[in-house]
Amino acid sequence: MAERKKKSEFSKYPTEDKAILIVGYILLGLFLVAIILPMIYIILASFIDPITLQNKGLTFDFTKWTLTAYERVLGNGQIWVGFKNALIYSILFTIISVVVTLLAAYPMSRPDFKGKGFFNTLFVITMFFGGGLIPTYLLISNLGMLDTIWAILIPGAFSVWNMIIARTYYMGIPRDLQEAAEIDGADEMVYFFKILLPVCTPIIATISMWQFVGMWNSYFDALIYLNSASKQPLQLVLRSILIQSQPEPGMVADMQSTAERARLAELLKYATIIISSLPLMLMYPFFQKYFDNGIMAGAVKG
Amino acid sequence: MGKASENNAAGVASGSKLHNALVYFRQHWQLYLIFILPAFLLTIIFRYIPMGGILIAFTEYNPIRGILGSEWVGLDHFARFLSSPDFMRYLMNTLKLSVFGLLWGFPIPILLAFLLNRILSSSIKQKIQLVLYMPNFISVIVLCGIVRILLSPTGMINSLLGTQTNFMTMPSAFRTIYIASGIWQGAGWASIIYTAALSNASKELKEAAVIDGANIIQQIKAVEWPAIKDTVLIQFIMAVGNIMSVGFEKAYALQTDMNMSSSEIISTYVYKKGLLDGDYGFSTAVGLFNTVINVILLVTMNKIVQSMNEGKGI
Repeated sequence: MAERKKKSEFSKYPTEDKAILIVGYILLGLFLVAIILPMIYIILASFIDPITLQNKGLTFDFTKWTLTAYERVLGNGQIWVGFKNALIYSILFTIISVVVTLLAAYPMSRPDFKGKGFFNTLFVITMFFGGGLIPTYLLISNLGMLDTIWAILIPGAFSVWNMIIARTYYMGIPRDLQEAAEIDGADEMVYFFKILLPVCTPIIATISMWQFVGMWNSYFDALIYLNSASKQPLQLVLRSILIQSQPEPGMVADMQSTAERARLAELLKYATIIISSLPLMLMYPFFQKYFDNGIMAGAVKG
Repeated sequence: MGKASENNAAGVASGSKLHNALVYFRQHWQLYLIFILPAFLLTIIFRYIPMGGILIAFTEYNPIRGILGSEWVGLDHFARFLSSPDFMRYLMNTLKLSVFGLLWGFPIPILLAFLLNRILSSSIKQKIQLVLYMPNFISVIVLCGIVRILLSPTGMINSLLGTQTNFMTMPSAFRTIYIASGIWQGAGWASIIYTAALSNASKELKEAAVIDGANIIQQIKAVEWPAIKDTVLIQFIMAVGNIMSVGFEKAYALQTDMNMSSSEIISTYVYKKGLLDGDYGFSTAVGLFNTVINVILLVTMNKIVQSMNEGKGI
């Protein structure tokens, strides 16, 4: 049905337009293939016996397929420590950040808020200018936050960009709602929590998703502020496996020669990539409907 | 209530202003002490106090003696950096990475949005979008891990080409790898904002254009481009304003000892000098230099766009 409709609309185009469209569809198709191909390769490679993969590449001789790589990666404690920490950091960071940002956006959305210009300038300057790495690091160190979870959760909790997006969204909510509430004697808190927030769920979901994914996927703060292995988030564990080619000792310890260990380290990477990306990949389609909402809200202001 | 007190105290201007502010504050204290206070404190403590720490750039910083107790060296660190042979290389590496990244990376999302806009079946379009946006959810580390294994001597690319080149050790390949993987990961996601703007393009306008016999090129010129022009400009200014802030995370994760001559950029240099070598003063100076260039670029770009775009900037 959809197919037939598409064909009939397509046939309405004049010949030279059809040529342009076909070139366009081919370009788009190539881009999609370029996205999918590496993913498929990695999925397949993660199941293939190390030596076979290295000598012959991908094979569909299923006797050469194995789950060894997964067993070794999943059997190692450190990757689970990473998952646990990443989950804790991401959830707590999302909550703190979203609360601070949504709260700050409310006064900034009110036309009568005295001091709005001052706060706006104060916040926006930080989007373009800052003290830089060392002064920030020394501050965190002086505050005694080094190697604590607070260094990860607190300094970046207020996002000016997200505040602007939330503010724009609030401003799109009809003012009558607020006026009605004020006549009824509702104060700021009641209006904000009982009336405003419930109609802002799309933007709250969007910002939460951005903050969660952002924290889950970042490694810089953890790299500079955390030392203990027990506090490492997933991305730092992945960094030693994928980038530094130093798998956690337990994963390759039983191999006799250095060469064997190096080869196994190389091949554990495929399974590691799959295991570590799976959670977000599975969650992502459920978020999809929020993307356009959030982006549009941000685009209005620009 | 605010109005009434304004009338009463009309004669004593400054007194009434203060009084008004107090009345306003008493009525709306929650806005200050509950809503904005947390963000205000976080901004002052974690954004503005480090700005004061920029003074470190002018000292031979000693953590034990603090900023004021450390030896004041004026512009020595800047002079040392600007006169070192590495300066030009790191600056050019940074600039090339972001300028070429912008030239290649900026138009592709716009093109993708135009192409998506021509997909007639909405269910097919949704499936394409699902694939296009997916790589955005892969972390920097995993992306760089994927790049490294696909490009390794025994990886997918080499087995397709039938060669055994080690791309990760080639300085000449670094920028291509960085930019191409950036497009692979981000172009689809970046196209969302244009797709949204395009869907706002008036349907009637477009139908009128079709009835007038406009072909695709003419439709794009007359209807679609005007619909996204402002968005494109804003995105462009933002991108130019970020030219000097090339992400540390990805460059650092794609660096190898062998490709350093093209992969060492200012942010990775600041990290190594400061946190690995402990040369705090020098590292802060280099970082400050980078930030200042960035601000100058942003302001200049905004001016240029304003003059081109009838006074509209950001």
